[in-house]
Amino acid sequence: MMNDHHDEIDSVSGRSTTGHEWDGIKELNTPLPRWWVITFYLTIVWAIGYWIVYPAWPLISSNTTGLFGYSIRADVAVELAKLEKIRGAKMVALGAASLAEIEKDPGLLALARAKGKTVFGDNCAPCHGSGGAGAKGYPNLNDDDWLWGGTLDQIMQTIQFGARSGNAKTHEGQMLAFGKDGVLKPDEIVTVANYVRSLSELPTRKNYDGAKGEKIFAENCVGCHGDGGKGNQELGAPNLTDKIWLYGSDEAILIETISQGRAGVMPAWEGRLDPATIKAMAVYVHSLGGGK
Amino acid sequence: MNKTVNPNELTSDDDLAPLYAARKTVYPQSVSGAFRRIKWGLMAFCLAVYYFLPFVRWNRGLGAPSQAVLIDLPNSRFYFFFIELWPQEVYYFTGLLIVAAVALFLMNSVGGRIWCGYLCPQTVWSDLFYAVERLIEGDRRERMKKDASSDPMKLERISEIVLKHSIWLMIAWWTGGAWVLYFNDAPTLVKQFVTFQAPMIAYIWIGILTATTYVLAGCMREQVCTYMCPWPRIQAALTDEWALNVAYRYDRGEKRTSVKKAAELRALGEHAGDCVDCYQCVAVCPTGIDIRNGPQLECIQCGLCIDACDNVMTKIGRPKRLIGYDNDINIQRRQDGKAPIYRIVRARTIAYSAIIAAVGGIMLYVLATRSLLDLNVLHDRNPVAVRLSDGSIRNAYTVRLLNKSGYDRVIAIDADGPVNATIHIVGVDSVTPDRPMIVIPRDSTSELRLLVTAPADSNPEKSIPVRFHVTDIGLGEIATTTDNFVAP
Repeated sequence: MMNDHHDEIDSVSGRSTTGHEWDGIKELNTPLPRWWVITFYLTIVWAIGYWIVYPAWPLISSNTTGLFGYSIRADVAVELAKLEKIRGAKMVALGAASLAEIEKDPGLLALARAKGKTVFGDNCAPCHGSGGAGAKGYPNLNDDDWLWGGTLDQIMQTIQFGARSGNAKTHEGQMLAFGKDGVLKPDEIVTVANYVRSLSELPTRKNYDGAKGEKIFAENCVGCHGDGGKGNQELGAPNLTDKIWLYGSDEAILIETISQGRAGVMPAWEGRLDPATIKAMAVYVHSLGGGK
Repeated sequence: MNKTVNPNELTSDDDLAPLYAARKTVYPQSVSGAFRRIKWGLMAFCLAVYYFLPFVRWNRGLGAPSQAVLIDLPNSRFYFFFIELWPQEVYYFTGLLIVAAVALFLMNSVGGRIWCGYLCPQTVWSDLFYAVERLIEGDRRERMKKDASSDPMKLERISEIVLKHSIWLMIAWWTGGAWVLYFNDAPTLVKQFVTFQAPMIAYIWIGILTATTYVLAGCMREQVCTYMCPWPRIQAALTDEWALNVAYRYDRGEKRTSVKKAAELRALGEHAGDCVDCYQCVAVCPTGIDIRNGPQLECIQCGLCIDACDNVMTKIGRPKRLIGYDNDINIQRRQDGKAPIYRIVRARTIAYSAIIAAVGGIMLYVLATRSLLDLNVLHDRNPVAVRLSDGSIRNAYTVRLLNKSGYDRVIAIDADGPVNATIHIVGVDSVTPDRPMIVIPRDSTSELRLLVTAPADSNPEKSIPVRFHVTDIGLGEIATTTDNFVAP
């Protein structure tokens, strides 16, 4: 406790001094209020009690656990289990329903969309953008142009197994590097690039030979892109006659595509996400607006 | 209190009086009279409303709560008889608070602290607690004697004190108990209380309100008004010289003399004050002040000193209302031999009344014309626009439909914007493809994904306004909002 008994007593106030003096001015001893001091000591006692009953001291490889055995991690586990209990039944219903049933049931649709949106944000947004708007090389999922098909089942399949992902059931097929591999000469590539532009009514070079372009296309491209360049979803070969371009429709970009080839990868999500979650994501993507 | 001290007389700094003044216990004496009757009446009314309102029923149909006044926090609804408010309509409470504040100002400029003296919960409950105290321990003199007694406590005295505090706690418990009934179905909750199955949160709130009622009305009483409440400070700025306040008419009362001496003086034709210095006004005062010292911060203007003084004046055969609702102007006028004038209607009261009428009128109008069907539209941010394979442009919107009525509605959605645009709701195959129809369940919101597609040849500008309508097919009720249609 405070020692407020000093020898010297200030004659004016009648109170003791601390003994400190500056230029003849002495400091009065003004102790802290007793209740304050008692509270202070109580907090120390409380703190020691806290060390004993709660985890407090770090040890070499762990820490003291305390008599109460309290753990924040255990609390989180309990909360997560509670959450799982609430969600469980709904997610089971989602897993049991077929994709078409989910889209027909407003409750399941809302659940799938909500769940799908969250999972999309966590897993798909880095490439496809937070709203599925896509980027160069990463398809926009809001439009009605689908490389591997836009029905619910096709979308589901693409999410499950990916494209060129290495998964056993993955979508296969790629744009060959016609220039790099020496299949086409540079001037042929320019010609066929202009032919591809003409398919979707884009302007072409002045001296461009349409007949030659058509011939090169027929010999090299129709195998995947089909007659007239309508594309083939079995092989992920895009429709070259529409207004949507995954990498761009400029002549220079088309020349790059034809010369170097393209083989973008969509990872397989089966095994990384549970089936109900993949289902929710498929419904979400399908409901963005472009689904067939 | 601080007393003035000559600095030269100071021998130490302890001579300065402390800022803290110990409380003087107030022992208000019981009194009867007109104002006491008004106060009993208002107390009975206010407490009856508070305690029994939750039990009033109001039929809203199956599935909806049948409690007339209910704050349903889990479902975020407020029910008040025929009104049902949603959280986004909280501005009705803002309006109500404005009306309440200005009504307080109006009361103040007409008759002083009417709120404090008659209606404030602190006054009502303190008054009730005083009544209990008097019933058990006796009136002013008895209680003063008992408290001052230095004899060791007898069993009788101890049992009195225990009984008083028990009854106080019981009242306090019921005060908290009634409070929680406003947040849940009252009869169900009462049943749960009886069987000790009510939710923990209800017990916690009852505990909190039991404590506040017991402490504020039982232990702190007039100190709440004097030290804690901001209203005495604010009201001083809202009053003027015409406002009527409980006042001692010193023109009549001074100079104070005994009954006998006054009669002698009057026989000689001289002026004698009516105040006989009986201290009845002080004895009955619940804040322990002397009204004859003029207007004071502590005075809650409950009017009990008027009753006390009137009783004395009647006994000594002098006119009543030596203490009454008056102001300094009239006291001055009477001293000058002029007739008093009362100005209830003046610029200040007209202005306050006009504000109350205006805000109240606007609220009533808004309430009477409020739509029970509403929609909010949120444009997709990423991507704002999508070009489809045939060159057409699509914008997606999240539409939230609100059906505030007590029945399911069938509604049709239209969008007026780009020429020849088509609309589609995700997950809805409507029989009318150009005008999707859906059902919104009663008292709920529905969130939809709406796609608006403009054909490739429409060439919309960068951004054009689009107007969304929802139409109740049965009633023809329409709600409208606008957003933009954006080209990529």
